[in-house]
Amino acid sequence: MGQLPLTLLLLTLVGYVAGAVAGLLCLRAERAANICAFGLAALAALTGVVASVTGLLAGAAHAHQSIEILPALIPYVRFSIRLDPLGLFFTLIVSLVGLAISIYSLGYARGYYGRKNVGVLGAFFNAVLLAVTLVFLADNAFFFLIVWEIMALATYFLVSFEHEKEESRNAGVLYFVMSHIGTGCLILGFLLLFQTAGGYGFESFHAIGAKMAAGPRDAAFLLFLVGFGVKAGIVPLHIWLPVAHPAAPSNVSALMSGVLIKTGIYGLTRVAFDFMGPPPNWWGVTILTIGTVSAVLGVLYALMEHDLKRLLAYHSIENIGIILMGLGAALMFLHSGHPLLASLALLAGLYHTINHAVFKALLFLGAGAVVHATHTRNMEEMGGLVKRMPRTAFFFLVGAVAISALPPLNGFVSEWLTYQSLLQGFGTTSSLVRLMFPLAGAMLALTGALAAACFVKAFGITFLAQPRSDHAAQAHEAPATMLAGQVVLTVACVLLGLFPTQFLKLLDPVTVQLAGQALSSQLSMANGLVLSGAVATGGTVSTLGLSLIALCLLPVPLALWFVFSRATSVRRGPTWDCGLQGLTPRMEYTATGFSKPIRMIFKALFRPRREVQREYDFSPYFAKNLRFESTVEEVFQTRIYRPLNWLVWRVSRRMRALQAGSLQAYLIYIFVTLILLLIFAL
Amino acid sequence: MSPDPTATISQTVLLLALSPLITGVIKNWKAKLQNRRGPRAWQPYLDLWKFFRKDMVISEHASWVFSFAPYVVFITALLAGLMVPMVTVQAPLSLFGGVLALVGLLALGRFFLALGGLDPASAFGGMGSSREMTIAAIAEPALMLAVFTVAIAAGSTDLSRIVTATLGPGWSLLNPMHVLAFAALFVVLLAETGRIPVDNPATHLELTMIHEAMLLEYSGRYLALMEWGASIKQLVLMTLLVNVFFPFGLATGAPAELYLSALAYLAKLFAVAGIVVVVETTNAKLRLFRVPDLLSAAFVLAGLALLSTFLFQ
Repeated sequence: MGQLPLTLLLLTLVGYVAGAVAGLLCLRAERAANICAFGLAALAALTGVVASVTGLLAGAAHAHQSIEILPALIPYVRFSIRLDPLGLFFTLIVSLVGLAISIYSLGYARGYYGRKNVGVLGAFFNAVLLAVTLVFLADNAFFFLIVWEIMALATYFLVSFEHEKEESRNAGVLYFVMSHIGTGCLILGFLLLFQTAGGYGFESFHAIGAKMAAGPRDAAFLLFLVGFGVKAGIVPLHIWLPVAHPAAPSNVSALMSGVLIKTGIYGLTRVAFDFMGPPPNWWGVTILTIGTVSAVLGVLYALMEHDLKRLLAYHSIENIGIILMGLGAALMFLHSGHPLLASLALLAGLYHTINHAVFKALLFLGAGAVVHATHTRNMEEMGGLVKRMPRTAFFFLVGAVAISALPPLNGFVSEWLTYQSLLQGFGTTSSLVRLMFPLAGAMLALTGALAAACFVKAFGITFLAQPRSDHAAQAHEAPATMLAGQVVLTVACVLLGLFPTQFLKLLDPVTVQLAGQALSSQLSMANGLVLSGAVATGGTVSTLGLSLIALCLLPVPLALWFVFSRATSVRRGPTWDCGLQGLTPRMEYTATGFSKPIRMIFKALFRPRREVQREYDFSPYFAKNLRFESTVEEVFQTRIYRPLNWLVWRVSRRMRALQAGSLQAYLIYIFVTLILLLIFAL
Repeated sequence: MSPDPTATISQTVLLLALSPLITGVIKNWKAKLQNRRGPRAWQPYLDLWKFFRKDMVISEHASWVFSFAPYVVFITALLAGLMVPMVTVQAPLSLFGGVLALVGLLALGRFFLALGGLDPASAFGGMGSSREMTIAAIAEPALMLAVFTVAIAAGSTDLSRIVTATLGPGWSLLNPMHVLAFAALFVVLLAETGRIPVDNPATHLELTMIHEAMLLEYSGRYLALMEWGASIKQLVLMTLLVNVFFPFGLATGAPAELYLSALAYLAKLFAVAGIVVVVETTNAKLRLFRVPDLLSAAFVLAGLALLSTFLFQ
């Protein structure tokens, strides 16, 4: 094996750089820009997949080798990368999803020909992929922050790519501000670590928590939690996510929801497990609580959306919550000294990370194809697309089943692992804290069931029944490259669902590195056919076995059909319309109507407001015109961010007096500051 | 441990054969209790036979999802049934999944059932789907919490192990955990099988139906598969309830025990069916927005069951 993963990874990085440069060189030739930029990105991502898989299979062989990829110019700042298992696993995620999205983009970017600059899109797309890969590999805090910022900036340009729309501009600014609040916290966090470590290399941060005093250590944890939490989109730091993700072009939305928010998960895992050493109990409790709250609130808000892409964005918050439930439980088990269970919970979280990346990217690509075909993101104007876009519909359905955690696909497997770790966690402690595990499990069940409701709505309203608008009625299937990108992810969803024991082997070095235990051999029974909880008696599941038995059972209804119904015929007829003159699309159930029961049940949270105006001649029951408006209050915006925003405005207005523009005043400020600093130094 | 073909096939046959009978018995007893003569207990078999021999009318708006859904509903219900110990302690497919997979499979069936309701572009179907998914969503936490309580007590999510654990010596009928978790699961059973006070299986009144609204456009053999699937699901949930909480009489090995345990199983099933009949007859259907109160009561019961394991052990 030797240096192969490293060489391939360097090739990947070079590929992304070349893709970005090619995009910029071909600014005038959009076809060439499209093919060069996205083609190179696809090749580089493919190399990245191979590199990370071989690296993970080789185990921790290169884990301690730090490689400088650029010469160091400034003290402390070393542009070095390290191929440790955690970083490689996340590199696998970005490469796999990046590969599918790059292929898809080859077709998707054609929609921008003559309207927008495809070269710029391709260049920033490659820059994001490059920066994300480097975030996962960086071995130095400064280098990490630099690529973190490149990632944030390149994404900002992509979010506001369609800058002629006010929505995109606003979304870009909101993303920019929130992102920098996060980065500020990260810088402070790293400074706190530096105080004890005396260096910025990640090697010197390893297990540094044990050496730090309790105060700074907890402060650093909270700073990192906020810093990475903003990027991951945890509640209540999530407000930028449902605004920014839908505003970007759909291929970028897929990249953001699939991969970019995972950088927050990567950072939290790196810090909480690798850097900060044996964690106090409240860290795990905090993360588990945040995860549970994010999961439930994310899916509840998703249900209220009828903008297809915003709906998917809210689901990212939900899934980040589910991932954090695994990570939080793992931290609690590490605290109570159960490395086996900690590995199981960590595995559950990380497996859900790759699963979410795959199915969420798939769903966003499908949504992109739909938006491309119908020119709207509003589900109320879609419908009937399963007949006009059959392939996209099928891929979207696979993604919907996967994200709803239904067997036999991958979402079910990782949630099953999460349930197992939560259930077995009940025995790890005798304090009341252990009640958290089954309660979190019950909330996970609520989340799963609500997600299923949400995707019945998303798929049913978008793809089934009659088209609700002319655009939907004239929709056309997406081009071959866009479908090919979805095929990659669909296949990944199925394989990750049916063969979990094989894929979990890749995670062995990661759990060894972070929780001290390799699990895949314990989790695999009957030659990998059956997945078990860490304890063999704890429960087993086999998605592959279930699918095979389901195939064996299929002859039952077919035989019944053959025996009883051979002579029957099938006739097409109109849907029962209660004796009207045929059903029109306006009589169909709407997305808003579909989620109304949920809105009413959780009205304490949503505070729904509805306004009906009737214009009528003689009786209100025969209205000529009807205006109906229904809104849901976004509590976090109105109760937290709006007052905060208002406060910032007020303070800055006061501050304006200080900045009067007079040179003398500024000189005095400098002088006073100098004096104060001198006093402070004495 | 690996799936035993004979057991698998015989349990499949048992599920297929027994499920319409339970539906019929409930209907018959309910009628008797209401001073009606009611349909005969084996009427559902005749209904299924009739549906299979009818021609089908499929809506012109419907797509392949509409035709695919009956198969998914039917097969997921059967698969879920193969994970529950019915007559013997060892369920045929317990290796392939425990109670979590069972809940997942039923959810998969429901997912396609709801899509099948939306597909023909009728407002009734959409209404049914919306309500079905809502009620399932609020029933799920109560179901899972009750299930977790017994799973934690048994140290496993594998139903055969759970049943073995409750069969064991430490079990007592008056254990508060068992009583509370049973009550919670019974409420969930009513909700999941579309019984009064949550849904009314006998009504086709436009604005109150839930499960039936999704089936309005189905006819012929698809309707047969849907109805049969719903019966199997009901049988599976009832079996889960009786065998997890009252595992007496389950055969542990010897074939000679089978007759006795089959009799015990039938007796327990009919007892639960009797309770369902009494509940359906003595209660009125709740307004849709009162159903969450009922199900959150179930959730609280399950939570108390969990708390009681903490207090009494």
